[in-house]
Amino acid sequence: MTVGSAPVVPTAGGRGRARSKRSLRRRRLIGLGALLVLLVLAVLASIAFGTKVIPLSHVWSALVAPTGTEDDIVIRSLRVPRTVLGVLVGIALGLAGALIQGHTRNPLADPGLLGVNMGAAFFVVVGIYVFGVTTLFGYVWFAFAGAMVASVAVFLLGSAGGRGGPTPVSLALAGAALSFLLSGLVSAIILIDTDTLDAYRFWNVGSLAGRDTAVAGQVVWFIVIGVLIALATAPALNTLSLGEDVARSLGQSVRRTRVLGIVAITLLAGGATAACGPIGFVGLVVPHVVRAFTGPDYRWLLPASGLLGAVLLLTADVVGRLVARPGELQVGIVLALIGAPFFIALVRRRKLVTI
Amino acid sequence: MTPNAETALAEDTQAPVGPDGTRVRLRAEGVRLGYGERVVVDDLDLDVLQGTVTAVIGPNGCGKSTLLRALGRLLRPTRGHVLLDGRKIDEMPTKQVATVLGLLPQAPTAPEGLTVGDLVARGRHPHQAWYRQWSGDDEEAVAEALAWTGISDLAERPVDELSGGQRQRAWISMALAQGTDLLLLDEPTTFLDLAHQVEVLELVERLHEERGRTVVMVLHDLNLAARYADRLVAMKAGRIVAQGEPADVITEPLLREVFGLEAKVITDPVAGTPLVVPVGTR
Repeated sequence: MTVGSAPVVPTAGGRGRARSKRSLRRRRLIGLGALLVLLVLAVLASIAFGTKVIPLSHVWSALVAPTGTEDDIVIRSLRVPRTVLGVLVGIALGLAGALIQGHTRNPLADPGLLGVNMGAAFFVVVGIYVFGVTTLFGYVWFAFAGAMVASVAVFLLGSAGGRGGPTPVSLALAGAALSFLLSGLVSAIILIDTDTLDAYRFWNVGSLAGRDTAVAGQVVWFIVIGVLIALATAPALNTLSLGEDVARSLGQSVRRTRVLGIVAITLLAGGATAACGPIGFVGLVVPHVVRAFTGPDYRWLLPASGLLGAVLLLTADVVGRLVARPGELQVGIVLALIGAPFFIALVRRRKLVTI
Repeated sequence: MTPNAETALAEDTQAPVGPDGTRVRLRAEGVRLGYGERVVVDDLDLDVLQGTVTAVIGPNGCGKSTLLRALGRLLRPTRGHVLLDGRKIDEMPTKQVATVLGLLPQAPTAPEGLTVGDLVARGRHPHQAWYRQWSGDDEEAVAEALAWTGISDLAERPVDELSGGQRQRAWISMALAQGTDLLLLDEPTTFLDLAHQVEVLELVERLHEERGRTVVMVLHDLNLAARYADRLVAMKAGRIVAQGEPADVITEPLLREVFGLEAKVITDPVAGTPLVVPVGTR
């Protein structure tokens, strides 16, 4: 090495930082790529497999060159809409879960925390009992209205008496209190009236079955707007994860972020529940799995949670169609049966992160 | 981080001037502070002068942290005002305040797995907008803040795996990357052993001397406060009992009045500042 022309050597720290920054980025890109591949596979499986066995060649021809055979009709008017709805609802539930955990900084929070599920259930029961609604199409609006009313009520209750908007704890308490109240009312109505009970219990098991394109069409815009708001608030959630005081001293309007977050959660979880009935577990578990490769950065965590939510919901739906032939198991039940042991294993393998 | 636009902005405004002609950066005017019905601080006036390190001392529950939160616009006074460079802080856009004034709460927590580099990068939030997420300036400010606190090597380590002293340096780096020339620190030495307390306060001293930062901090240790601050504010039960240079504030009668502590005050053999030697609480 000639003296006097020593090359500029980057500091070890700088070089190391650049290198491991790249590796973190690569890990996240590989993770997102893997989720996309899994989603494509889940979509294909959801179209190809069902209670009726259809050869793959028929599946293909039904998609590209339908001729009106029975198989074509099953594929095009049942499985494809069902798959589209599954993707939409899965994304919505995964995202809503990541949002509620981020806003409450509580790793066990679930979108149901805001009272969305019980609000929807109560309005559906009222719809059945008082207005005699019996179609899935009719339930959607009652359920969505119920989800909206419940989360607004929880927000107002949680803000009452507080300074500068609701705190995560006051929200969770208000959500729990309202959920108990509504669940008592739901029980009261279905005890009085067995017809309502019969109609309600089918809604109350979350399912993708029997929903036609009209149902997806009703909720798609709520979910799309919810997704856009959610993704736009990712940087704000990052700041908020340092604590409210730090977020505010960094110049963030915590109140605005919270309001946007609650609007997004209501649109997403409310839309999903309206379309399919209450589906638990996805919103709770998906963010935990995703954090393993995204870390705590919401700009990666949110999209990845949406994708994994869709993968999980479609997979559980396909499994439910295959295990109980010639009948099928509702996706809500499959998720609970497979999901709970899986979650316990996850908790035992690595400690749940504090967020 | 060269003298930046924020400093220029501060000089444009009609900032009030203190008794010796020094600019008043932060002023509390007859503020009443409390939580709900409970009043913690009442009718308090305070001036924070440009280029000073002020330490607020006082017994537990005297309202030190409450005052600091109000100065950092985290708590709105129910009466009176806090002025930042002569303007009511509550009427300024919060993001604009965040380019001039930074605050570190006591024992802040980072989400698990967040790296030091990412934590420090979040200090750039006030300089970003939806149309401008991350720029070369941000990158430079983060790298420099890391280097300045001596934690460049830790940039990829998760904050939760650091020792207490390293963690506090990471948070101070974040505040440094924020690029504010006013810094409020709420008990920055909590949970640290003595060596790390001194390390953090030396960092604060350098911030002041090398970066010209104006610092207000809440401290528990009177001897460290006397050594590292050039102004002390002693509080008791929500009001200011004494303020001024450490030697004028740390006196035996004041310790008796404010802390209920019998003590001898001698001269610190190292720094020449007052040194408190407790006798007892009776």
